[in-house]
Amino acid sequence: MEFLVASAVGVMTAGGLYLMLRLRTFPVILGMSLLTYAVNVFLFASGRLTVGAPPILSDGVTVYTDPLPQALVLTAIVISFGMTAVVVMIGLGAFLGSDDDHVDDPSEEEDETVQGPS
Amino acid sequence: MSLLFVVALPFFGALLPGLMNSAGRSACAGVTFAVSLAAFVGLLTNLPMVLAGEVVTARVEWMPSLGLNFTLMLDGLGFFFALLILGIGLLIVAYARHYLSRDDNMGEFFTYLLLFQGAMVGIVLSDNILLLLVFWELTSLSSFLLIGYWKHLPEGRQGARMALMVTGMGGLAMIAGMLILGQIVGSYELSVILQSRELIQADPLYVPALILILLGCFTKSAQFPFHFWLPHAMAAPTPVSAYLHSATMVKAGIFLMARMWPVLSGTPEWFVIVTTAGLVTMVLGALIALFKHDLKALLAFSTVSHLGLITMLLGTGTAFGAMAAVFHILNHATFKAALFMSAGIIDHEAHTRDIRRLGGLRKLMPVTFMIASLAALSMAGIPLLNGFLSKEMMLEETLHTNLFGVPWLVPALATFGSLLSAAYCFRLIGHVFLGPVRDDYPAKPHDPGAGLWMPPAILVVLVVVIGVAPFLAEPFVKLVTASVLGDAAEVPKAYFKIWHGLVPALFMSIFAVVGGLVMIAIFNPALRLWDATPRPEAKTILDAIVEAIVALARKIILPTHNGAFSRYAAIAAITIIAAGLHAWSTGTVSAATRVMQSAGLVPIAGWLMLVAATGGMVLMHRNRLLSLILIGIVGLMVSVGFVFLSAPDLAMTQFTVEVVTIILLLLALNFLPNRTPIESTVMRRARDTIVAVAGGLSTFALAYYYLLRDAVDTPISEFHLANSYKGGGGTNVVNVILVDFRGFDTYGEIIVLGIAALLIYALTETLLSGPVRARLLNRKPDQLRAGDIHPMMMVVLTRVLMPVILLVGFYIFWRGHNEPGGGFIAGLIVSIGVVMQYMASGFSWTSARLRYPYHGVIGAGVLIAGMTGIGSWFFSKPFLTSDFAYVRIPPFEKFELATAAVFDLGVFLAVVGAVMLSLESFSRLARRSHVPDSEHPMDIDPSRDDPLQIAAEPAKEGG
Repeated sequence: MEFLVASAVGVMTAGGLYLMLRLRTFPVILGMSLLTYAVNVFLFASGRLTVGAPPILSDGVTVYTDPLPQALVLTAIVISFGMTAVVVMIGLGAFLGSDDDHVDDPSEEEDETVQGPS
Repeated sequence: MSLLFVVALPFFGALLPGLMNSAGRSACAGVTFAVSLAAFVGLLTNLPMVLAGEVVTARVEWMPSLGLNFTLMLDGLGFFFALLILGIGLLIVAYARHYLSRDDNMGEFFTYLLLFQGAMVGIVLSDNILLLLVFWELTSLSSFLLIGYWKHLPEGRQGARMALMVTGMGGLAMIAGMLILGQIVGSYELSVILQSRELIQADPLYVPALILILLGCFTKSAQFPFHFWLPHAMAAPTPVSAYLHSATMVKAGIFLMARMWPVLSGTPEWFVIVTTAGLVTMVLGALIALFKHDLKALLAFSTVSHLGLITMLLGTGTAFGAMAAVFHILNHATFKAALFMSAGIIDHEAHTRDIRRLGGLRKLMPVTFMIASLAALSMAGIPLLNGFLSKEMMLEETLHTNLFGVPWLVPALATFGSLLSAAYCFRLIGHVFLGPVRDDYPAKPHDPGAGLWMPPAILVVLVVVIGVAPFLAEPFVKLVTASVLGDAAEVPKAYFKIWHGLVPALFMSIFAVVGGLVMIAIFNPALRLWDATPRPEAKTILDAIVEAIVALARKIILPTHNGAFSRYAAIAAITIIAAGLHAWSTGTVSAATRVMQSAGLVPIAGWLMLVAATGGMVLMHRNRLLSLILIGIVGLMVSVGFVFLSAPDLAMTQFTVEVVTIILLLLALNFLPNRTPIESTVMRRARDTIVAVAGGLSTFALAYYYLLRDAVDTPISEFHLANSYKGGGGTNVVNVILVDFRGFDTYGEIIVLGIAALLIYALTETLLSGPVRARLLNRKPDQLRAGDIHPMMMVVLTRVLMPVILLVGFYIFWRGHNEPGGGFIAGLIVSIGVVMQYMASGFSWTSARLRYPYHGVIGAGVLIAGMTGIGSWFFSKPFLTSDFAYVRIPPFEKFELATAAVFDLGVFLAVVGAVMLSLESFSRLARRSHVPDSEHPMDIDPSRDDPLQIAAEPAKEGG
């Protein structure tokens, strides 16, 4: 189980990083969302993995999973929605204003074309 | 009156002038005067205690764990300075009322003035050095506003900037020095520090602390080599100059040296640094002052010179020196404020301050002449005026001061300084007032109204009274001196007298005055010599330094910060990975303490789906819609994982957030191109792949090692689990943490969420009001539009679902304290319900039925949450303390009422408002000009007569 969660975090991080290094806004935003999942799951896992012991107090139960990371991740999920929305809006505004959805400044592109494949 | 009020009054009063601005200039000045007067009277009510030798204190715990408490103390020294600040402040307010012209925004001026006054009073009454530092920085900031008050003048702006830069950097140095001092003593309370002389002076960090604190004092009090900012600050309106440079701002450094005198002085380091700096400043300032033609510049440099004199006296480290310093602070404040105000009057009436264009004003402005001459003669050290007394004490003190082993050095330089000082005073009187009346003044000078000359006249009366009857001031000065000295020394026995007999100081004094007269006689040749001598200009040097630093910064920043986001991201990722690798290779990893749990088929299947979806996203990211669907699968799998791993709250949140995120991205994709073209080279893709794989492997390794080891310490959540029901009244620990244990965090988070939504709204507004609007309105969609945009099936279904969703939201909200749920999740669920109405019937139909604007919903949510928190103050509990009770209303079962539920209601509203405002903003962009807004809920409605009217449009467009 631990291996599965850890590798899922790794896979999502790798995918997120790759997409974040793309040149257009939309894949970059998706990459950031993937990275957000990875970070949230990672933070959540810092309470260690427990199956079938939700932190809902009830009589006669003594084993609960760690509730604190859950509380922190819960707000993180909601906030990340807000941040994604802002980034999407900025990206969209830039595209609508200039008909261009590159994430880099034009100067950088010129450099790249001058340098050619490096 | 409590000291807290004395300090708080100017700050709170600073709100009033702005409010009274429209009520007229007199009302504006009047209210400022009333505030200052109230603080002044409040201070005076403490006079009996101070006279009795008591130390008045006031204390409010602020951050006790940091040693930062709001503690104030009033002893003789503090009282003396506060009296100067508030007393002269009153005169300045009265003067400024008549000085400022109708074009000046008086409310703004008096607001700044009161802020400054409050900060100054705060400095001199602080008992905690951290608090003192806060006020210290506040004076730097408020003086910046005051000096730059005439924003249209470039000199004003530059002068303000220079003052802020110099005093601000000194302030930073002083923070460091004070922190060291606090570390040495182990307390930040001045009262404790002042008792620890031996401890501090024996500490190896004494010298660094001393130098850093002195840097702060010297920059503030314009001591050489930091004296240059003060003359440039003269671009300020004259009331500001009179206030800042006679009694307040520049005296702050002097005050601190006096305050710290018992613990810092008396060492060779103190003596050499402070005395030398003071002496150099005194002579240099006087020399420059003599040859300045601008009246205010002359006074500015004379201020520099006199501050040097006081600094030198404090530097000697003797009790007599300290007493002379205190006396001279008083005398200087009176005559210098009067002189500045007189200079302002001359500027106001003659429209020039250039001494070369003035002269003969004695006959035209007799009142001003009287005031200015008396003040100037006092400054020159003429008997029967107060400047004479303290100057003679200073000369007396220098005779006993042996610097660098040369006994005549200090007395000779001090006499020379006094000579120059007398010379510029005589020049001020002679070249401005005496001489023939001229006929080329820029304006016809005449005496101003009483409003302008009364304030300096009051000060001059003091100058004469103290000068004639020094015994009146003696007890007070000795009282102040006693509190400067503390336990370090006895107050000297010397009496304040005009005639001490034929002592050496008298001869030095006579020599200085006669020399000053001679100097004036040979002024013209001396001026030619002065003009011919090359001198370094401090402003040019400073500008060059600043320019060099800016050039250096530019050289570093521009190549690294070139606007290429993907490069920053790559650099950041590689750096983080490298740092992690470094930690990994140098640290140690303990053996695994947990056994890996076995995973059944279902988790493996979920994992496979997640990995496949992620892989698919990377491989097929060029097809944007497809990758959007795939990320939905990833999010879904993450939610399922949360369910499986005992986190029902997280699963519900993730699931609902997933829905709104996908809707949001779909809305965005509506405008963006559908495909991402291939642009990056193979090499670049290979590089990115390497970075991504390295990042993935390192997070995997970190998580894997982490998950197989137990926490080093008992997690704090043990406390949460143990107290959730007893203290928070809820069994859902996650929710109790959110609304109770860490409610303050949550409060911050809903505010952030609200700000994000408002930001999106603002960006939309900007787009819709700019050139983008036209393009949006005339946009031709790049894809086929649905023929039936608002299908009947969907409309009916969403209407039916709406009440159900609301009920579910209500249920989830209420059970949140005890079962999975709560404000966040309920808010998201309700948002989805509302969003469905938008999707089914369109933007205009839905928003026409919107009763409450979403901004208001966000605001209401934050307010409700905040009010709940504040509510606990009424029960003398800290912010956001919650309480709960169980009630039973038949026929229901017993249920719980908690204040946390009200807080959660705030969270709920804020989430609904934020989510809806974001999504609504996006959909507003989608409205187009050639598609008329439909007022019908659906396009095809059998019960309507003209069912196809609107549906026809998109069909045409699609073809």
